[in-house]
Amino acid sequence: MTYLFKALLVLSVFWAGSASPALALDVMEVVKKANHVSYYKGDDGRAKVNMRIIDDQGRERLREFVILRKDNDQTDGGQKFYVYFNKPADVKKMVFMVIKNMDRDDDRWLYLPALDLVKRIAASDERTSFVGSHFYYEDVSGRGINEDNHVLVEENDNFYVVKSTPKDPKSVEFSSYKSWIHKATFLPVKTEYYDDQGQKIRSYTALKVEVVSGHPTVTSASMEDHRSGGKTVMNYSAVKYDVGLPDKIFSERYLRKAPIKYLR
Amino acid sequence: MILRGITALLLLIFSQNIRAQEILLPEGLSDLSTMSQEDDAEQGLPFDLSGFLESRIGTRLQSDALQKQMSLGEMRLQIDIEKALEKLTINFVSDFLYDPVLNDHSVDLEKGQGFVDIRKANITFSPMDFLDVKMGRQVLTWGTGDLIFINDLFPKDWNSFFIGRDDEYLKAPSDAIKTAFFFGDLNLDIIYMPRFDADRFIDGTRISFYDRGTGGPRGRANPVIDDRPDGWFENDELAARLYRSFGAIETAAYYYSGYWKSPAGQDMATGNATFPKLQTFGVSARGPISKGIATIEVGYYKSEAGSALNPLVRNDEFRFLVGYEQEVAAELTGSVQYYLERKLSYDDYLASLPVGAIKDRQNRHIFTIRLTKLLMQQNLRLGLFNFYSPSDKDGYLRLKASYKIRDNLKIEAGGNIFYGQVDHSFFGQFKDTSNIFTALQYSF
Repeated sequence: MTYLFKALLVLSVFWAGSASPALALDVMEVVKKANHVSYYKGDDGRAKVNMRIIDDQGRERLREFVILRKDNDQTDGGQKFYVYFNKPADVKKMVFMVIKNMDRDDDRWLYLPALDLVKRIAASDERTSFVGSHFYYEDVSGRGINEDNHVLVEENDNFYVVKSTPKDPKSVEFSSYKSWIHKATFLPVKTEYYDDQGQKIRSYTALKVEVVSGHPTVTSASMEDHRSGGKTVMNYSAVKYDVGLPDKIFSERYLRKAPIKYLR
Repeated sequence: MILRGITALLLLIFSQNIRAQEILLPEGLSDLSTMSQEDDAEQGLPFDLSGFLESRIGTRLQSDALQKQMSLGEMRLQIDIEKALEKLTINFVSDFLYDPVLNDHSVDLEKGQGFVDIRKANITFSPMDFLDVKMGRQVLTWGTGDLIFINDLFPKDWNSFFIGRDDEYLKAPSDAIKTAFFFGDLNLDIIYMPRFDADRFIDGTRISFYDRGTGGPRGRANPVIDDRPDGWFENDELAARLYRSFGAIETAAYYYSGYWKSPAGQDMATGNATFPKLQTFGVSARGPISKGIATIEVGYYKSEAGSALNPLVRNDEFRFLVGYEQEVAAELTGSVQYYLERKLSYDDYLASLPVGAIKDRQNRHIFTIRLTKLLMQQNLRLGLFNFYSPSDKDGYLRLKASYKIRDNLKIEAGGNIFYGQVDHSFFGQFKDTSNIFTALQYSF
């Protein structure tokens, strides 16, 4: 009896001393790195984005825009986004600008060229559709890593598998999500969102990865909504990092006068 | 210690279950390759071309003895050409339209009448780092109001607004030189219009209004004749805006010197409508409060000298606006505004009114509410906007539903409903204009 107990104790000490702390301590590191490589590569970035929004009947809608992003600093915190629409035709030349704040709601503006109107828009729920696609605002700009409790549930040759549970469950539509984070690159390759019954409701899949300026980058990804049956495939082209975007681009001046040089 | 051990053990067992799921590596991840930076310049035309073709029809909900039953029945083609050169961008936007509701199709580019309506024809360039210049025909907008304008004295097209054209047509173009200076945090816009650009105001041609002079409605047979100040460089306008942000709060100060944009006076001898001189001074602020965006704007309208005692010229006014907008539910945005228009020198106004004339109240209050709901993956948009004036006891309800059948094909329907207790109030006079409309638009 005592031997067995001792054996268990030794075993648990062994786990506690190596495996368990490694899991508990490292999960935040993994999440931080995944967040960095997903949303904060370089000091700034530019990409052309093509979105195919496909409904459950297979009908397709297309969005095309150029996205400019600049980080405030090296802390993986505040960012600025400038989104210039090319397609569909009725939103061509419209601009959507976001200043992502860490301490309060984001600031958002919409520029309507036909009226030369710079409209300030109220921050919306981060978990509503971005431009009618199956991606949410938060999927495009990143979800705060401190909004969830993260647990490393598995580690294998290829992936860290992290289960994340929201600290404020009322603020989101899922009850948890699980991410498969590629070990070598820290890119999340798959993310599945579950409801409180454990049913899969949404899933993100990285479809293609390419290296741009030394940064492995997801250049094709899909988001599926398992309840509605629709999905959106997002393809990135002309990706560039450390473009040297000036801060002033993210201002009323450049809403009214698009910085063409950076949008081509 | 033991607990942690057991947790780890449980995790290990739990993870065995998950391992059953096969996760495939995305293309390129196992064998990382560098992105080919192909130049995807798919230049077909030497310039950028876009636009739309639409058909839009509308009918009055009641008859107006002074107008046709149809409120709108037009075919419209908009061509938008843009050419970006090294130091210069050229933009040309013109509408070509035919509307049998109107009888006169001769082209008047100022009034927006006829087959052609040039909306933009301008060049933009930056002669210096801190300066942007836009020269030519352009659409201009500033200020914080939602469909209420205090310090934005650029021309409006109230006819288009009331009969159900797209919102972009509320703004009529200006022929102007805009210079925008950027001094770090502080910015200054100076806009010079060498010749006065009036509103495309309600003159009876398309929409009947209440004529206080004759004490009755006035329509297409007898439209307003105006004495428009139209001398180049003589009857000019100047508008300026100084603005800067303090954190998330955007503030601005405004100045305008020109003329009342819609008739605000009458020539005693001819009875023609006039545009008295006007100067305005104002400020605004806009920023996040709670979960939404709050706005405040004030303006002082200084009318022509001697206006207080002249019944034929509109008085000085103080205008005030406060608004708030926020998302109230998923894909549902709501906003409210309160607007005040206060006559200054009210005693003089009363004293100078002819016997028997309609007396306006000193204060005109307006409350507005807007609701916008997006449905069906944002392809269906439902919108409601209501103006209600408790002082005039009248209002104006705008309804619109638009659905995108495909990316380039949109169908919409809506209504413009005017209501009021008396025939001469601002919205009440348009009761016979209440209309519904529908449109089909193909964009390219």
